[in-house]
Amino acid sequence: MRRLLRSPKIVIGLCLSGVFGLLAIIGPLIAPYNPNTSASTTVSVPQPPSAAHLLGTTQVQQDVLSQLLVGGRSTILVALVAGAAATVLAVLFGVTAGYFGSWGDDLLSMLANIFLVLPALPLLIVIFGFLGKGANPNDAVIGVIIAITGWAFGARQLRVQTLSMRNRDFVDSARIIGEKSWRIMTFEILPNLIPVVATSFLFTVIYGVGTYTALSFLGVISTSHWSWGTMLYWAQSAQAAQQVHLEWWWFVPPGLAVGLFGTGLALLNFGIDEFVNPRLRGGAGEVSGRQARRAGLPRRPQLGLTPVLSGPVPPGPVPSGPVPSGPALSGSARSSS
Amino acid sequence: MSGDILIEVRGLCVDYGLGSDAVHAVLDADLELRRGEVLGLAGESGSGKSTLAYAITRLLRAPGVITAGSARFGASVNLLSAGQRELRGLRWSEIAVVLQSSMNALNPVLSIGTQFSDVLRAHRPDMSRADRRARSGELLEMVGIPADRLSSYPHELSGGMRQRVMIATALALDPSVVIMDEPTTALDVVTQREILEELMALRDRLGFAVLFISHDLSLLVEIADSIAVMYAGRLVERAGASAIFRAPRHPYSLGLLSSFPALHGPRRAMEGIPGSPPDLRNMPSGCSFHPRCGYAFDQCRSDPPPPLLDLEAGTRAAACWLQDGRMAVPAELARPARAPATAAAPAAAAPAAAVTAGPEPTGGRS
Amino acid sequence: MRMISRRVAFYIVTAVVAITVNFFIPRLMPGNPAEAVLGRVQASESPQAIAALETQYGVQTKTGLWGQYVQYWSHLLHGNLGTSLNFYPASVAGLIRAALPWTIGLVGMATVISFVLGTLLGVAAAWRRGSWLDGLLPAMTFFQAAPYFFVAILAVALFATKLGWFPPNSGYDTTTLNPGLNWPFISSVLDHAALPALTIVLASVAGWIIGMRNMMITTMDEDYVLLAQAKGLPSHRVIGYAARNALLPSVAGFSLAIGFIVSGALLTEIVFSYPGVGYLLFTAIGSDDYPLLQGIFLIITLAVLLANLAADFVYAFLDPRTRQEA
Repeated sequence: MRRLLRSPKIVIGLCLSGVFGLLAIIGPLIAPYNPNTSASTTVSVPQPPSAAHLLGTTQVQQDVLSQLLVGGRSTILVALVAGAAATVLAVLFGVTAGYFGSWGDDLLSMLANIFLVLPALPLLIVIFGFLGKGANPNDAVIGVIIAITGWAFGARQLRVQTLSMRNRDFVDSARIIGEKSWRIMTFEILPNLIPVVATSFLFTVIYGVGTYTALSFLGVISTSHWSWGTMLYWAQSAQAAQQVHLEWWWFVPPGLAVGLFGTGLALLNFGIDEFVNPRLRGGAGEVSGRQARRAGLPRRPQLGLTPVLSGPVPPGPVPSGPVPSGPALSGSARSSS
Repeated sequence: MSGDILIEVRGLCVDYGLGSDAVHAVLDADLELRRGEVLGLAGESGSGKSTLAYAITRLLRAPGVITAGSARFGASVNLLSAGQRELRGLRWSEIAVVLQSSMNALNPVLSIGTQFSDVLRAHRPDMSRADRRARSGELLEMVGIPADRLSSYPHELSGGMRQRVMIATALALDPSVVIMDEPTTALDVVTQREILEELMALRDRLGFAVLFISHDLSLLVEIADSIAVMYAGRLVERAGASAIFRAPRHPYSLGLLSSFPALHGPRRAMEGIPGSPPDLRNMPSGCSFHPRCGYAFDQCRSDPPPPLLDLEAGTRAAACWLQDGRMAVPAELARPARAPATAAAPAAAAPAAAVTAGPEPTGGRS
Repeated sequence: MRMISRRVAFYIVTAVVAITVNFFIPRLMPGNPAEAVLGRVQASESPQAIAALETQYGVQTKTGLWGQYVQYWSHLLHGNLGTSLNFYPASVAGLIRAALPWTIGLVGMATVISFVLGTLLGVAAAWRRGSWLDGLLPAMTFFQAAPYFFVAILAVALFATKLGWFPPNSGYDTTTLNPGLNWPFISSVLDHAALPALTIVLASVAGWIIGMRNMMITTMDEDYVLLAQAKGLPSHRVIGYAARNALLPSVAGFSLAIGFIVSGALLTEIVFSYPGVGYLLFTAIGSDDYPLLQGIFLIITLAVLLANLAADFVYAFLDPRTRQEA
């Protein structure tokens, strides 16, 4: 566990994710204004950041910071729900398919492959488009609908892992004892799949953020429902980036927020990946760059060119003291015949 | 055993990792390989035999580091200080390698023909494509595979065929040394026998020297001219093949030999070697074999490990305090190296022979 | 060959599923949106348009569900995707046909550049571990996590508005030029495609780099790479061998990636008002043009399936183990 925390990727990832997690909870509570209220009805140009509005205002004088905080909760919540729902589906389908095999596996695999290949965003656009902009679905429902398109990747990975585990001894012995299948899957196989489940969850949350933001940006999801994507929708309609005096305070914060949240989760994912697959870690296996430099070796290991220490041999646990003398032990011990 | 020395290794030390966490995989290794000789390198897994062989050719993967010693090819090339270009010129044209499991050593996406011709193209740039093709076909035929298989992919060949392809590839440039890392371990016994016979026939015809690494001492006794036995990173015995087989001088070699039955001679109980090889990170004090040795006594535990001691006028060597001339050598370790005139098997227990007067070694004798 | 025919069969099944889903969605939604649309449209459109819509969505029709389904299929096989509501009486198929070349050109070019660049950088990053290339990775991760359209907006802000190097929108200079095979037109097209392409490349290249790098690191540990070194082959050939093997998962992953890249490209077009399918989609959403929406969904799906099939061909070509001969 402690080794997990030693990786900088995991630490940074945890911090970033933690900050956003916190934001999701307390965001709307600390927002200085209601994101919908206009501070003034006479000014029609977005205002740059000022003391009153830390991140400036939109074209209709709404406070950007408040929109960011309120929208943050919605965005993060949808992403988390999508991630959780997709992971549940992935575990359900993936482990079952891998464990039972034969026609059930074929069917579920075909289903997963279909969902993998179908382009998610266009499908979601059609679904939400027909749902109608009048219907204002809450975050949880949005998350579940997004999860329908996002479970297939994790399911495929879990299926592969379950397949390899199915024939292991501990599963066989559980079966011989007479344990029911669902118990075997839940209590024997699943605990070994935790890293895969974790990566799958994180991956789907990232997917959820991106997809939800895209859908809001398109205006497919009601534009009165605040999220980071919605902010970008309004910024784009007002052509905030095309203005000569760049209204950067309007579009940079929401985009940056999505990017940083995603990066935090991705780093966490890389960290777990490296932890599980040690070959990806660091540099030359167990010889760190610093150690190599101190010993006078080239910093990067070169394939096919085993390094040779030229300086004094670093001390090791094997004693190399003087050899007691005896008749056959002169220097001739090493002479060639 | 005349013939000029092709590879000479002195005092080679190889570690994995650096600093206090380093694992000493090879300690103070001395080796010589002469032209045309078959030198067997025997030992259990983890004894350092592969590490030694790969270190000599600088092919050891990270985190391997050579920490001391020297390795020369011929009189002029210092293998340890050679640069990329010098090594590249030497590799395959003088020193070729046959890796352990041929299944993984052949590139799965390239045809066999491509994997022959890339060597030819790299080292003989003036060969035309037709020449290369002809030579590749020649090499395949040399190991008993029809030349039309040049366009096959590795996954279309059986394990035995793939290993033959590896051997043929190794001989492509007519090298003077071929290093073989357990070339037949992954194969069934029948194929093993076939391939070894073909190999020896090729050796007789082309005259290359072989450094043959194997854990199977019985195999080495049959095909090698001389054998070096390694244990826990050190060379513990070095002698001619028949000498080791008839008259081992180190308790470990004795143990290895008594681990497989002889086809001739009286029946005897098969013994192995009690215990298991040491953890290289946590070596026993003194001689690394003493915890498993039936002849161990105080000096084995207290003094630094014994070096390879020259015996019998320098024709062989063993790293054991029993052989330093100060005490009586137990009978099993003092058998005559030459076969007696009668046809009696030399491995027969010869009770009470050759024990001269002297202080009895303390410690148990199994 | 067997593998390819199996894949083709799979894609056909997927296409059928997509088309069926497309048929059912309007009919499954609560409150039957088709009726709502028709209600809105009743006043302004001609009776023929309304009749066409009614048949398309099965409103007030005598044929049962199955009959509608069959009719739907026969329309499709004749290339009839319906009539647009917003651009009435233009046909959906016609609108898409006009916009498709722009999208294919942009996405095709950008994806190729991204794949090639990402793969090369990944190989370099793995071969020279510990070099400055490793420092690139966090920045690339950020670009990958940020949504495509955000990167697009940033690109517009920096390169178009601030620096004025490239135009911020459109496919070509519509005010002065007409489409034709002349250099001014072509150069204008390239000029206008630069930023959208840059966006797509920036947003997708990180995935290729990281994937290739990780796979190279695993591959370089393989015995055949060590053998290549032992053979004394020149460095570039050893790297080439490793890369050729490490490439396989990237090609396999291409199928997955293409869906994302296409979606991202659509969003990018919106930011740039690029006259492709994405922009068309945006207007369809904004104007509740359901026939157009559904038509675009189908075409995009089919295009992605085709791209997947192409990737499968390439994979079979690269990896002889998949070509199981009888």
